Amino acid sequence: MTRSHDDRIFGLATGVFAALVLLIVVGIAFELSRQSMLSIEKFGWSFWTGKVWDPVSGVFGARPFIWGTLYSSLLALILSTPIALGIAIFISELSPRVLRQPLAYLTELLAAIPSIVYGLWGMFVLTPIIRKVELLTPEALRKFPLFSGPPVGVGMGTAAIILSIMVVPFTSSVAREILKNVPSAQREAAYALGATRWEAIKVAIGYGKSGIIGAIMLGLGRALGETMAVTMVIGNAPVLSLSLFKPQYTMAAVIANEFTEAADELYLHALIEIGLLLFIITIFVNIASRLLIWSTKRRTIRPVIFPIVAEEESAA
Amino acid sequence: MRPFIITLLLIAACAKTETQQRPSVVTINGAGATFPNPIYSKWFSDYNKLHPNVQVNYQSIGSGGGIKQMTAQTVFFGASDMPMTDEQLESAPGPVLHFPTVLGAVVPAYNLPNVTGLKFTGPLLADIYLGKVKKWSDAAIAKVNPGVSLPNLDITIVHRSEGSGTNFIFCDFLSKVSPEFKQKVGASTSVNWPVGVGAKGNEGVTGMVRQSPGAIGYVELIYALQNNIPIGDVQNAAGQFVRASLDSVTAAAAGAAANMPADFRVSITDAPGKDAYPISSFTWILLYQNPTDKERGRIMVDFMKWALADGQKLAAPLGYAPLPKEVVDREMQALQRVILTLSGAKGKDLKMRMASQLEMLRLLRGSA
Repeated sequence: MTRSHDDRIFGLATGVFAALVLLIVVGIAFELSRQSMLSIEKFGWSFWTGKVWDPVSGVFGARPFIWGTLYSSLLALILSTPIALGIAIFISELSPRVLRQPLAYLTELLAAIPSIVYGLWGMFVLTPIIRKVELLTPEALRKFPLFSGPPVGVGMGTAAIILSIMVVPFTSSVAREILKNVPSAQREAAYALGATRWEAIKVAIGYGKSGIIGAIMLGLGRALGETMAVTMVIGNAPVLSLSLFKPQYTMAAVIANEFTEAADELYLHALIEIGLLLFIITIFVNIASRLLIWSTKRRTIRPVIFPIVAEEESAA
Repeated sequence: MRPFIITLLLIAACAKTETQQRPSVVTINGAGATFPNPIYSKWFSDYNKLHPNVQVNYQSIGSGGGIKQMTAQTVFFGASDMPMTDEQLESAPGPVLHFPTVLGAVVPAYNLPNVTGLKFTGPLLADIYLGKVKKWSDAAIAKVNPGVSLPNLDITIVHRSEGSGTNFIFCDFLSKVSPEFKQKVGASTSVNWPVGVGAKGNEGVTGMVRQSPGAIGYVELIYALQNNIPIGDVQNAAGQFVRASLDSVTAAAAGAAANMPADFRVSITDAPGKDAYPISSFTWILLYQNPTDKERGRIMVDFMKWALADGQKLAAPLGYAPLPKEVVDREMQALQRVILTLSGAKGKDLKMRMASQLEMLRLLRGSA
C-alpha cells in the first residue's frame, strides 16, 4: 500500500465524519419540521407571534416562550459576563501562583453540577431570598415595569440568576485560556511603554477580544438551551413581560413540562414546533455571534481562533 | 477469524438464555399514569411473588404517554388518570376497556399564618384560580368561613407547570361547578391558567405553598397527608363541607356508582352523596377487549381480579382510597368481556399454523 493510498483513505474517513455532522443537523431540521407539520399548516407565522397557549381549545402561539428564552438568556449574560471575566482575569493575571490551580478547578467544578441540583438549590434557597428582596422593594420602584408583579420569589429574575451562575464557569474557563495564550510580548511591550498593570491587562484583553466574545457566546448557547434548573424557578407562566419579578416561561421548559401528557396530535405537533423554533433561534444566534467574532477578528493583528459551541440540553 | 468465533459464541449464549427463560417467565409491559405508580409497583411485585412466572413492567410516563403507547401497541396495557376520549378510542386499533383500579383525590392546600380549617366552595376555588378573588380578606372567602379572621394578604396562586392527571381532576371539578371556568380554562392535563405560578410536580407545588405565606395550591391527597400542610374542606354536591380522606373519597365513588356507564369512563368529581369528597377521581387500567396475545390477556384478567379483591387491601396504607364494593362487583362482571378465546378468521389462521408446525415436528421425529 502506498502512502498516498493511506492518505486518501484517511481523508475519506474524516470527510465522512464531517459529512455526518451536516447530515445530523439536516436530519434534525427535517424530522422536527415533519413532526410539527400539523401545527405549521394550521398556524403558519401566527405560531411565532401568537400570545395564547391553550391546549384545551387547541390554540398555540409561541411568543411568550420565545421571549422568555431570549430575555432570560440575555439577562443571564449581562449578569455572568463581568463576573466570569473578573474570575478569568484574576486567575490568569493577578492571582498568587498557589491559588491559581484551586481557583480554576473550583470554577470548573461549577460546570459539573447537574442542572437539577441548581434547580433544587434555586427553589429552596434562592427563591425565599428573592421573595424577601421583592417584599422589601419600595412601592415606588414597583411601579416600574421592571419590578412589577407579585412577590412570589420565582420568576424571571430568579431564573436569570441561576442561569448566570451556570454560565460563569463556561465563559470564565474559556476566557482564561484565551488570556493565557496572549503572547507575553504584548504585555512586555505595554510595560515597556510605561503602562500600569491595569493598562497592560487591557492590552491583553484587547488582543484576545474575539476569543473572549467567543467565550461569552458559548455561555449564551448554554443559557438558551437550559431546561431543568430554569423550569424550577421561572414560575412557568406564559406571560410577555419585562418584569424581573413576574413568572414567565421558556421554550425548553414548556417542552419538558408538557411533552409527556400531550396525547392530542395537534398539541404534540405544536410542542415539537417549539423545538424547531428553538433550533432555528439557536442557529441564528450562532450565526450572529460568528459575525461578531469575525468583525472583531479583522481588526486585531493576529486573531485567536476559537470555536464556539452552542449547548442544547435535550428536553428531559 | 476470532471475531467470527466470538460472534458465534454470543449467538449461542443468547439462544441459550432465550430457551431457558421463555417457557418459565412471561413479561408484560405497561405504561401510563404516574399517580398510581406506587400502588401498581406494589401490586405487580406482590403478584409476582404469588405467580413467579409473571413479570409485569410498568413505566410511569404519564397518562397521555400511556394512551399513546397503548394505541401504538408498544405496550400491552395502558394506565391513565383520565378516561380516553372518543377520538382517542377511535384511533386505537381495537376496542379498549377501562377498569378503575383505585381512587385518588386532589385537595386545596394553603399557607396562611395562624389560620387553619378553611372551607371552600367549588365556585370560590374557581374564582380564585380565575384571578377574580385576589385577596384572602375577600368577602367571598369570608362568607363561607364565618368567624375566621382572614389577613389582608394577596393570594399567591400555585398550579402545576407540567401536564398531569392532577390538573385534569382539579379542572374537571372546577369546570363542573363554574361555567365561567369551563369556558375560559376547561379541563385537560395541561390548561392555559390565567393567573399564578407553575411549580413542577406535587412536591414543587407543596414546596411553593409551604414557602410563601398567602399561597394556595392543589396537590394529591397523599402529598398533603405526608407533608402535613393545611388543607381546605370543599363543599360537595349535597352542600356539605367535606374534608378529603380515604373514606370520603371512596364515598364519592359509591355515590357515583349508581349512574356509572357500562364502560366506566366517568368522572366522579362533584359526585352526589352527603359524605362524598367532590374532587375525587378513578385511575384506570386500559386493556384491549380482544387482545392479540391471549396468554398475556388471560394473565392480565387474572391480575385484575386479584387487584380488585386482595389488591384493594394494599391501597389504604399507600394513601389511595380503595374502590367501593359496588364498583368492584361491576368490574368483575366487565372483566368477562375481555375476549380470551381465539375466534374468527384470526383464530383459524393460528390453528392452521399450529397444525402445520405439529406436522413439521412429526416429520422431524420421523426422520430422526
